[in-house]
Amino acid sequence: MTAVEERPAGDRADSRTPLLSARNLVQEFPVRAAGGVKGGVVHAVSDVSFDIYPGETLGVVGETGSGKSTLARSVIQLPRPKSGVVEFQGKDLMTLGRRELKESRRQMQMVYQDPFGSLNPRWRVTEVVEEPLVGHGWGTTTSRRRRVEELLDLVGLDPSQYAKRRPFELSGGQCQRVAIARAIALEPALIVADEAVSSLDVLIQAQVLNLFEKLRREMNLSYLFIAHDLAMVKQVSDRVAVMYLGQLAEIGPSEAMYRSPLHPYTSALLDSIPRVDPLTGKAHRPVALPGEPPSPIEPPSGCRFRTRCPRAQIKCAEEAPALVEHQPGHRVACHFPLDLPMPEVPKMTGGATLAPGAVPGESAA
Amino acid sequence: MSKRTATYASGDSGVSEGVIDPVSLGKPSRASAAQPGEPLLVVEDLRVQFTRGGRKINAVNGLSYELTPGSMMAIIGESGSGKSVSSRALMGLLPPTAKITGSVRFEGRELIGMPERDMRALRGGDIAMVFQDPARSLNPTMKIGAQITEAVKLHSDLDKKGAHARAVELLKLVRLPAAERRFHEYPHQLSGGMRQRVMIAIALAGEPRLLIADEATTALDVTTQAQIMELLVELQQRLGMAVIMISHDLGLAASYAQDVVVMYAGRAVEHAPTGTLFANVRMPYTHALLGAIPALDREPHSLFEVTPGQPPDLSALPKGCPFRPRCPNATDKCLDDPPLTEHEPEHWWACWHPVGSGLGNDPGPRAGTGPLDPAVAADDPGLADGPDEAAGPGRHHTPNGEQR
Repeated sequence: MTAVEERPAGDRADSRTPLLSARNLVQEFPVRAAGGVKGGVVHAVSDVSFDIYPGETLGVVGETGSGKSTLARSVIQLPRPKSGVVEFQGKDLMTLGRRELKESRRQMQMVYQDPFGSLNPRWRVTEVVEEPLVGHGWGTTTSRRRRVEELLDLVGLDPSQYAKRRPFELSGGQCQRVAIARAIALEPALIVADEAVSSLDVLIQAQVLNLFEKLRREMNLSYLFIAHDLAMVKQVSDRVAVMYLGQLAEIGPSEAMYRSPLHPYTSALLDSIPRVDPLTGKAHRPVALPGEPPSPIEPPSGCRFRTRCPRAQIKCAEEAPALVEHQPGHRVACHFPLDLPMPEVPKMTGGATLAPGAVPGESAA
Repeated sequence: MSKRTATYASGDSGVSEGVIDPVSLGKPSRASAAQPGEPLLVVEDLRVQFTRGGRKINAVNGLSYELTPGSMMAIIGESGSGKSVSSRALMGLLPPTAKITGSVRFEGRELIGMPERDMRALRGGDIAMVFQDPARSLNPTMKIGAQITEAVKLHSDLDKKGAHARAVELLKLVRLPAAERRFHEYPHQLSGGMRQRVMIAIALAGEPRLLIADEATTALDVTTQAQIMELLVELQQRLGMAVIMISHDLGLAASYAQDVVVMYAGRAVEHAPTGTLFANVRMPYTHALLGAIPALDREPHSLFEVTPGQPPDLSALPKGCPFRPRCPNATDKCLDDPPLTEHEPEHWWACWHPVGSGLGNDPGPRAGTGPLDPAVAADDPGLADGPDEAAGPGRHHTPNGEQR
């Protein structure tokens, strides 16, 4: 990965060594058909590689079932992926034993979507936030109490008012702040946020996103930020990865990708966001991408997006496109990416030939 | 509020296969039976109150709007703003413990207090509703064809064969791929987007003149959401059906609706044709919403404009304007309840110090508030008196109290 050039100035010098580097991650789940016979395999994550640098936010977007959450869980080894390498702070998590894995997990924490579901309803806020400290044998009872107050302060909850409450006495946004306090209790290097603000109302969502940003600046946190809202992901991420049916379609610096997406799927996703310009009040009427994602049990041959792609050709069915670097740090898995002219034969109709001279970067793969 | 300024881009999506003519759907011209210019739905001072554990929860507090036949209106707001409760109230879907007052007239007929028997004929017939979660709205043990046929039989006197044909027709109308085959499938065999299409088909079975879509696309992916919204707009235009779209998504409302009502704490705080509203937002709450939505043109790691605090507790609403404790423009004047007033042609807002009226934090009346309607202003005198309550937690500041 040569994404380094694209990353904002002011980053630490150690940013060239990735904090987390995943290589060829594969996660599959067998499904049982009626009667318990083996029904097939869900290809949830297929051959995904990416890096996260210290202090960097990598956003992951994609539709339901694209494997975003499975990817996040594979990274933290819950459950362990089927194959691949996950190197975190120089250690390959795939080969670590239970005890060493626990040590490593101290440095990577997760924040989930459902703020109520991820907090024990019978515990008080203090207990929830203290738990990781207890679990990792951090400090004494008094020092832990002090730390909890510090943490609650940091996430914007007044300890005197909230420490003794239980989750049902909090609003969704406050619960999510508690979950964040718990996640940062051990001063992790990486936070995996899986749709962490999706269930919040827009004004509360903005508060929590600003909290994430504040923590990033103060603690030099890295994020793996998973969401389905492309606009939100762009605003919080240095780089964005677009997933489709378990594979990376495109990964690159967020500015560049949103300005000129290379994969037809990224472009279609961007076109389907309904939005309004806050300055002019002009609305952008979405353009619908036809069709639905195919089943991850039997993904299409070749490029998995070809069944919905307006640029698909015969080649797309025959050969899976590799993730190729087109611009510095901007890689795309497409035979006919958008920085090249539209292929001459627009549809996968019979007798289609390959567009002449297409994909110069292809041979580099 | 009768003249429509917003127009649609043509809703043509290039798919013609399987589409049937609306004429074959029975009485498509019924919608135009109402006198021109006559609103289809008039909601006046609607209030809904629940009592839970001795506490009175004021879910809707004096909501008023009108809906033109065949138009699409969006009601937007956060959770607890009363957007869903108000539409359930007019459908007669609230539990009997809910105390509903005010008036809702549908084609001149009063819906509040209507006998259940009459309501039942109307519900699913002239007024239909599509909910957020299609998986929970459909019966998992019944084939989807049977569920649609059931709805068709309920609202027409077609025989078995006719109802079947009509049901398949409806499935084609909502563009369910391979409609004949899907007819014999169960809900779990369909994707979320397809299930929502089935729900829309069931809603259309009674040839409604008003369809209420309550967060109908919220559970769907953006790509599927765009497909379903395109379908709704197309059906609205072809069948002359009015649509109330309830959503928390400003972008979605701005993209599809002709009129937008912004709700906060159970009341409408701003109401205008979409183009007017978003080009000239006046209510600080709407302004805050716009500032808080992520935008594609913002820099990575840029901060969001933050509104402090949380929506008010509906059992203990603040005195005066409900947005006062969070509003950057709030003054002591805001302890008086601002009425929803038509300050500019077709543009209604309920605020003493709207965006663009000058700086906030400055008591006293100011320009831009326009003529007051005493009838509306006095709607709750209990809230207006007793000026001894200090401004309290009001006057938080936002990163910049920037005005446009």
